[in-house]
Amino acid sequence: MDLSVINPILLFAALMSAATPILFAATGELIVERAGVLNLGVEGMMIVGAICGFAIAVETGSPIVGFLAAAAGGALLSLLFAFLTQITLANQVASGLALTLFGLGLSALLGQGYVGIKPPRLPDVNFGFLADIPLIGPIVFSHDPILYVGLILVAAVWATLKFTRAGLILRAVGENHDAAHALGYKVVRIRTLAIMFGGACAGMGGAYISLIRVPQWTEGMTAGVGWIALALVVFASWKPWRVLLGAYLFGGITQLQLNLQGAGVAIPVEYLAMSPYLITIVVLVILSADKSAAPGSLGRTFHASS
Amino acid sequence: MIRLEKRPQPSRTFAYLTPLLAVLATFFFGGLLFAALGKDPVASILTIFWEPLFGEFSFYYRPQLLIKGAPLVLIAIGLSLGFKAGIWNIGAEGQYIMGALFGAGVGLAFYPAESFLIFPLMVLAGGFGGWLWAMIPAVLKVKFGTNEILVSLMLVYVAEQFLASMSLGLLKNPEGFGFPGSRNLQQYDSAHNAEIIVGSGMHWGVVAALIAVIFAYVLLARHRLGFAVRVTGEAPRAARFAGVNPSRLILFCLGTSGLLAGLAGLFEVSGPAGQISIDFNVGYGFTAIIVAFLGRLHPIGIVLAGLLMALTYIGGDIAQSQLGLPAAAIQVFQGMLLFFLLALDMFTNYRLHFGRTEAA
Repeated sequence: MDLSVINPILLFAALMSAATPILFAATGELIVERAGVLNLGVEGMMIVGAICGFAIAVETGSPIVGFLAAAAGGALLSLLFAFLTQITLANQVASGLALTLFGLGLSALLGQGYVGIKPPRLPDVNFGFLADIPLIGPIVFSHDPILYVGLILVAAVWATLKFTRAGLILRAVGENHDAAHALGYKVVRIRTLAIMFGGACAGMGGAYISLIRVPQWTEGMTAGVGWIALALVVFASWKPWRVLLGAYLFGGITQLQLNLQGAGVAIPVEYLAMSPYLITIVVLVILSADKSAAPGSLGRTFHASS
Repeated sequence: MIRLEKRPQPSRTFAYLTPLLAVLATFFFGGLLFAALGKDPVASILTIFWEPLFGEFSFYYRPQLLIKGAPLVLIAIGLSLGFKAGIWNIGAEGQYIMGALFGAGVGLAFYPAESFLIFPLMVLAGGFGGWLWAMIPAVLKVKFGTNEILVSLMLVYVAEQFLASMSLGLLKNPEGFGFPGSRNLQQYDSAHNAEIIVGSGMHWGVVAALIAVIFAYVLLARHRLGFAVRVTGEAPRAARFAGVNPSRLILFCLGTSGLLAGLAGLFEVSGPAGQISIDFNVGYGFTAIIVAFLGRLHPIGIVLAGLLMALTYIGGDIAQSQLGLPAAAIQVFQGMLLFFLLALDMFTNYRLHFGRTEAA
């Protein structure tokens, strides 16, 4: 065992990249849940995003187009969930599970021809002299553009929820849909848009795994990241900045456990690989005492007559 | 203008009709999917749903129906109790794995001793393993209010890693020439879950599934605990007034579903699968969720739904080898079925109202 092979600077740099898929998915789900909808289909939308992004990036040769396609794919799939829960008023838990099961199958079907292919690479952003700053340079200024898009997304979501009228309406719909309906807001329409936003974000997160983190396509490659993202929203008490913090925490654990595997620690690989899931459970236990922050109408079906 | 109107009472007709309609809709859209993949839709559907039952080789496939259906029904029966009460165990896959590991572990510990006691001990250990794994989310929910959906699901991934570790380590066959995987229990008489009637597909897992169905039916229809399950799901507030203890109900529902999933794992590993290996689990724990919903969370319905799902597995395999239909297409097909079911379920609780919307 040789822990000195773990370079802290590289670890921190890799941590930001490891956190990005979770960050995208959790930020999207945060908006969905703030609108009062619990979408358990994050894993399914992520994996569909992963293959859509991968396939389109390979076909067009442009990773950016790939990411856009991933967002579109995730949003399209989430429309199925929106139809089930908003139009036919199905149970949200069951519909979310259905979305995940369907998404896993669909992605495997779409991805058949793409196993073992290398996707086009997305070059890192050139920050010029900033990248040469010792310590901070390699950690903060040496990444691909999508990672920064993720950070901007968190800031944008935070600002939208806190300062804008749209954010206020979204929160109103989530806290009390009957009151929001009485005020004349289109609950179903707002929620559908929120669900689509969540789908697009999850799709981007999935594509980040298949195009940048791995980069390759394998069936079921999201391996529970979508579920961790769901846990993260609870962890974050539905606050954007805490999603960022939580994503970096989980990214750090994932990366550290990968590095420990590489360093040949005496703990078997399988037990190290369990750690992100176990830590998610521990975090959920610690934070589950406080549910006051949850949106008031979360998971409840809205029907204008009731 | 089409409007939804809430029915004063859920429609019984539609409660029975929606699963059938969902199956028909899935046939139709599944056929479109197969056509999009360049396969003859009618031939595909017939290969999946007709061939295993009435085709040339049906004598081989019919027993498979019991072999594949038993774990699905066993798991789905357990899940349905929780789903009825609004307790969501979606980690049955993990409980299934742990049941198999515990059960096979006990069996392999006795190797090569032969005794008629070994198999019953394995059954107990298998049930215990699944129960234990389900108790983690149950206790956490009762003690700390932790979300059981997320915890039970996280434990699937933990169990999968555990399975890999066991098949590469502790339970690895010492005479297996270094290949991962345990000894084959089919070659170890005392631990083998053999067919009770040769060639029928009827092994002890099928018996267990039938017993579970009968127990669940009696429980829900006649027993106080079944009443508690139903009333908690339909009217949680009323349940509290009726003196239902929510904590005990959570422990009971999650525990039972874990137990049954564990048993399913044990019967699979000691019978059809034969050994612990890295890819031992094939997703029965997740498909069972579809089975539970498709069966309307009703024991008899679950048996029918379980057989139908088993049919898609078997027929899917045939279609894969004969028509080159990708395995993933069957997974999509199963997912579609759940979608249509959930969507059509609207008609159970609401009715469509045609005409102008009057001002509210």
